[in-house]
Amino acid sequence: MKTKDKLVIGGHEFDSRFILGSGKYSMKLIEAAVRDAGAQIITLAVRRANTKDHENILDYIPEGVTLLPNTSGARNAQEAVRIARLARELGCGNFVKVEIMRDSKYLLPDNQETIKATEILAKEGFVVMPYMYPDLNAARDLVNAGAACVMPLASPIGSNKGLATKEFIQILIDEIDLPIIVDAGIGKPSQACEAMEMGAAAIMANTALATAGDLPMMAAAFRQAIEAGRKAYLSGLGRVLTRGASASDPLTGFLH
Amino acid sequence: MENQFLIDSEYLSAEALEKKHRLETDPSSRKSHMEYMPGMEQITSDVMEKVMSQMNSYDYEKYTAKDVKAALEHETCSIEDFKALLSPAAAPFLEQMAQKAKIETSKHFGNTVYLFTPLYIANYCENYCVYCGFNCYNHINRMQLNMEQIAHEMKVIADSGMEEILILTGESRAKSDVKYIGEACKLARKYFRMVGLEIYPVNTNEYRYLHECGADYVTVFQETYDSDKYETLHLMGHKRVWPYRFEAQERALMAGMRGAGFSALLGLSDFRKDALASALHVYYLQRKYPQAELSLSCPRLRPIINNDKINPLDVGEKQLCQVLCAYRIFLPFVGITVSSRESEIFRNGIVKIAATKVSAGVSTGIGDHESKYTGKEEDGEQGDEQFEINDGRSFQKMYEDISEEGLQPVLNDYLYV
Repeated sequence: MKTKDKLVIGGHEFDSRFILGSGKYSMKLIEAAVRDAGAQIITLAVRRANTKDHENILDYIPEGVTLLPNTSGARNAQEAVRIARLARELGCGNFVKVEIMRDSKYLLPDNQETIKATEILAKEGFVVMPYMYPDLNAARDLVNAGAACVMPLASPIGSNKGLATKEFIQILIDEIDLPIIVDAGIGKPSQACEAMEMGAAAIMANTALATAGDLPMMAAAFRQAIEAGRKAYLSGLGRVLTRGASASDPLTGFLH
Repeated sequence: MENQFLIDSEYLSAEALEKKHRLETDPSSRKSHMEYMPGMEQITSDVMEKVMSQMNSYDYEKYTAKDVKAALEHETCSIEDFKALLSPAAAPFLEQMAQKAKIETSKHFGNTVYLFTPLYIANYCENYCVYCGFNCYNHINRMQLNMEQIAHEMKVIADSGMEEILILTGESRAKSDVKYIGEACKLARKYFRMVGLEIYPVNTNEYRYLHECGADYVTVFQETYDSDKYETLHLMGHKRVWPYRFEAQERALMAGMRGAGFSALLGLSDFRKDALASALHVYYLQRKYPQAELSLSCPRLRPIINNDKINPLDVGEKQLCQVLCAYRIFLPFVGITVSSRESEIFRNGIVKIAATKVSAGVSTGIGDHESKYTGKEEDGEQGDEQFEINDGRSFQKMYEDISEEGLQPVLNDYLYV
């Protein structure tokens, strides 16, 4: 891979295109994500770090890894802003993943509130990474609000259902100038690879690793799949026939 | 009426005994259990009607193995599927149900198990609920902790490592008013990350006040959704009003509480119907308040002081496991709490299948945490327990046991915002 192929978020450069999500946390998962999947960014649910002595996640984040605190638990923009500020006070840095859910069943993000929170936090100097439902208009609003990337969901969190929103993510990749990081629903390495082939800038996953039989091996598989997908994208994919065969005689052969 | 419940005490006056007997034997001496008492807020809601019409028409004998198999194959569990899973026809499929439940639990919660402990701050009660150790006719040591004593209890618990507390009282507005409970919540916020309440149902403005004091979760057990049966078990006091209790969680959510807990006390009435109604209560409220974090418990009857005959009747551990698996498959996103009423073996098994939260270091008595946690004799008096617990593991032991099972104990995943 070209050495210059960096993931750039808010002016910060990363070699890895795998980001660990926060859904199902364990110390083993963090270890495998960093060592075997090569993660340089690890999401941290602020509410989960709001703990006392027992296994505080903050104590387990390896050096050199960028912490990405998220606002899970926020039900509106105001709560998300409050949680982001708390994260900064806790010493988690300037990155924040805005997650706003008004639904405890599917955990689907609320785009409208997310745009509001993004605008406030970007003005306060945060590097805002908003989790969103892949809607082009909302994505454009997020860009205007000062987002550092856009993080559309592939399918509902934890569902491992893969790229259910593929067509809409492709539209975001084609139309939005910021990195598009596919978040939520990626259940296996092949799906991560597919998203990367489409031109996604990075993949965020958690459940797929957390629930794997052999965690380190699955972490390594994700790393390889993401790298493969990225290379395929950079190389310019060859012709892919979606249906039938193409005519061997050119249809425009009559033009002279 | 079930004579397993009715116990007379030699300490009651002749007058009190006479009133007690009259309540027990003469239904006309009891107040209507469907009429709100003065001061009880009535909200407009269609949730009760939806739940009750489903429960009343539920004929679990009509479901067959075919229905159960179909339910297990469906990707989304419908209400009909859930009814099949709760039916006797599902009993031979318990292992398959557990397998499916485990997958759902893992999808939504990973391998985490949350830990909490209850703190009873008063056991005064104005109700006569025949199965409860706190009932006003039961001769027990009554006690209410003052703020200093509450702080002491909280410190002892917090020192053990616990970060989530559930504050409980007996149901006495006169002795333990909303202000008193609010002050306890404010204290709890200093010692714990998360504060829940299990107190008598209150009005929306009172829930709002308690929320401002730091509480964010409200648990109310309906005991039984069979209102006719309820009437024969809750003979006197505010708790007798069945619909006001049913609407408690909705009032709490309207008041801004983040979440609510639900349950029937299995063994009081037809447990399949009660399990159906409990889950549908959650299901319909979630549709109305999609942001709410809802949870289910599944307590079974336990012996109480002065009456060791009380038992969960036909709800054995297999039936309980079936109910919990059905809950998980139908409502994959809800928290499921299994309390210390159940045995160590059962709790160790069920956290691998469906439960996401367990209590530890439990006392259902008043003011006795220091003696229970440290073995140190306490100087002051103590209040008696609501019921006998089964699993007496300490916080530390529970933490270790969960870790040894390959699960991850979690002490807090919550922020008050």
